[in-house]
Amino acid sequence: MTTMTLDAGTTAPAATEQPEQDAVNTNTRVSETVGHPLCDDAKLSMRNVNVFYGETQAIHDVSLDIGRNEVVAMIGPSGCGKSTFLRCINRMNDTIESCRVEGDLTLDGEPIYGPKVDVVPLRARVGMVFQKPNPFPKTIYENVAYGPKIHGIASRRAELDEIVENSLRRAGLWNEVKDRLDKPGTGLSGGQQQRLCIARAIAVSPEVILMDEPCSALDPIATARIEELIDELRENYTIAIVTHSMQQAARVSQRTAYFHLGHLVEVNDTETVFTNPEHELTEAYITGRFG
Amino acid sequence: MEMHFDQHISRQFNEDLESLKSEMLEMGGMVTRQVADAVEALANADSELADKVLRVEKEIDRREMDLDEHATLIIAKRQPAASDLRMVMSVIRISRDLERVGDEAAKIAKMAIELTEEGTAPRGYTEIRHIASAVRKMLNDALDAYTRFDVKAALATLAEDEQVDMDYRTALREMITYMMEDPRSISRVMNVLWSLRSLERIGDHAKNICEQVVYLVEGADIRHGHEENLRKL
Repeated sequence: MTTMTLDAGTTAPAATEQPEQDAVNTNTRVSETVGHPLCDDAKLSMRNVNVFYGETQAIHDVSLDIGRNEVVAMIGPSGCGKSTFLRCINRMNDTIESCRVEGDLTLDGEPIYGPKVDVVPLRARVGMVFQKPNPFPKTIYENVAYGPKIHGIASRRAELDEIVENSLRRAGLWNEVKDRLDKPGTGLSGGQQQRLCIARAIAVSPEVILMDEPCSALDPIATARIEELIDELRENYTIAIVTHSMQQAARVSQRTAYFHLGHLVEVNDTETVFTNPEHELTEAYITGRFG
Repeated sequence: MEMHFDQHISRQFNEDLESLKSEMLEMGGMVTRQVADAVEALANADSELADKVLRVEKEIDRREMDLDEHATLIIAKRQPAASDLRMVMSVIRISRDLERVGDEAAKIAKMAIELTEEGTAPRGYTEIRHIASAVRKMLNDALDAYTRFDVKAALATLAEDEQVDMDYRTALREMITYMMEDPRSISRVMNVLWSLRSLERIGDHAKNICEQVVYLVEGADIRHGHEENLRKL
């Protein structure tokens, strides 16, 4: 059984000391991570990622691939770095002054952190849904139509109408709001607002959707709808989801990544993680034991 | 990975799993006793003891249902994962095996009653005693391996089933010889034969319990001869 030391004295080995990784061999042990952090058909590829908030290191040498049409769930206790890592993928951490991201992150082989990368189109390709629904203080229609308009995806009313209806349908919200598209999005219930945010995210036809605890403020029925939606969205998108609900991770994802104190401890098929995890720390976390 | 079921943040969960396990082991103890009593009743033509076995059998059936209900409740309330899930699954599977061992013991007890009524002791008791002591040991060792989460002991016990099967086949041939020698003994020897068959089945159930020890500790499903699943890990 693989064990791992997490005390401050033993920092992660420097990138130069890493053995050459063969990206095709998904069984390669990357850094300290056990299991299968890499995959053959990677949409997103992250290598040796370190994240610092000022002097504090939040992410330690994390390498992870997210495959095309794959849902990867990221789980771990509060403060383990899973949200920070997720936010690296569409450069949301750029908005935090003291935050520094190191490592190689690529989307379809193109660097995410290149000097020439414009974050606006990047964020259209990599959409995000947050923990708390955050609709714009605009009408339901405008919430969904805003993205396609500013990204120049559609301008004519008929095109926009179609995108709005399509996105709302895919988010499972259409029937509930079709008669009040001109009412403010903020007037909807929590679950409806979250589905509106998902509709807004998919309206710009992203390739990747990042979800940061998308259901933590929702009731079980709204949660079930969104989980169902995630499964449908997988046909066309690559999805990374951070969740505090282990059952949710088990239900929606193909692979599960367990983070602990800024380290990526284990990545394995979700089936394996929830029936026979490789690492003691993963086992302790998912079974609710003292870690 | 070491097995600890007393380190959950929820103390109630610790207690639920602990009592599930101890209820199962208690049932295991009862069933082991049943096998011993049934064989004793047969060997000593003790119909009173055989009656007792049949009475206790009902209690064992009830225990199986209780364990099932208890396990179902844990799944519903806790959504156990990893080793906790394997613990619950293994208890459900083992309780089924134990209940069947109880059924086999009851069958032997019924044979004991019939043979007692017929009077004369038939031949074949030596074989019964021999196989009975082997399968009782297997059953004991299997439950012991479960208590201690001891995969090595479970695999060793599992391997003993082959010898039991061999002894059973040898005994079978002997019984056929007896029947050929003295056709008047056929119905009585058949009863002994059924008892031997029951004992052989009990060995199979003990083997199943050993497989569940491996599943619980290693997460490998080695049933139906898939021991390669263990090596894969």
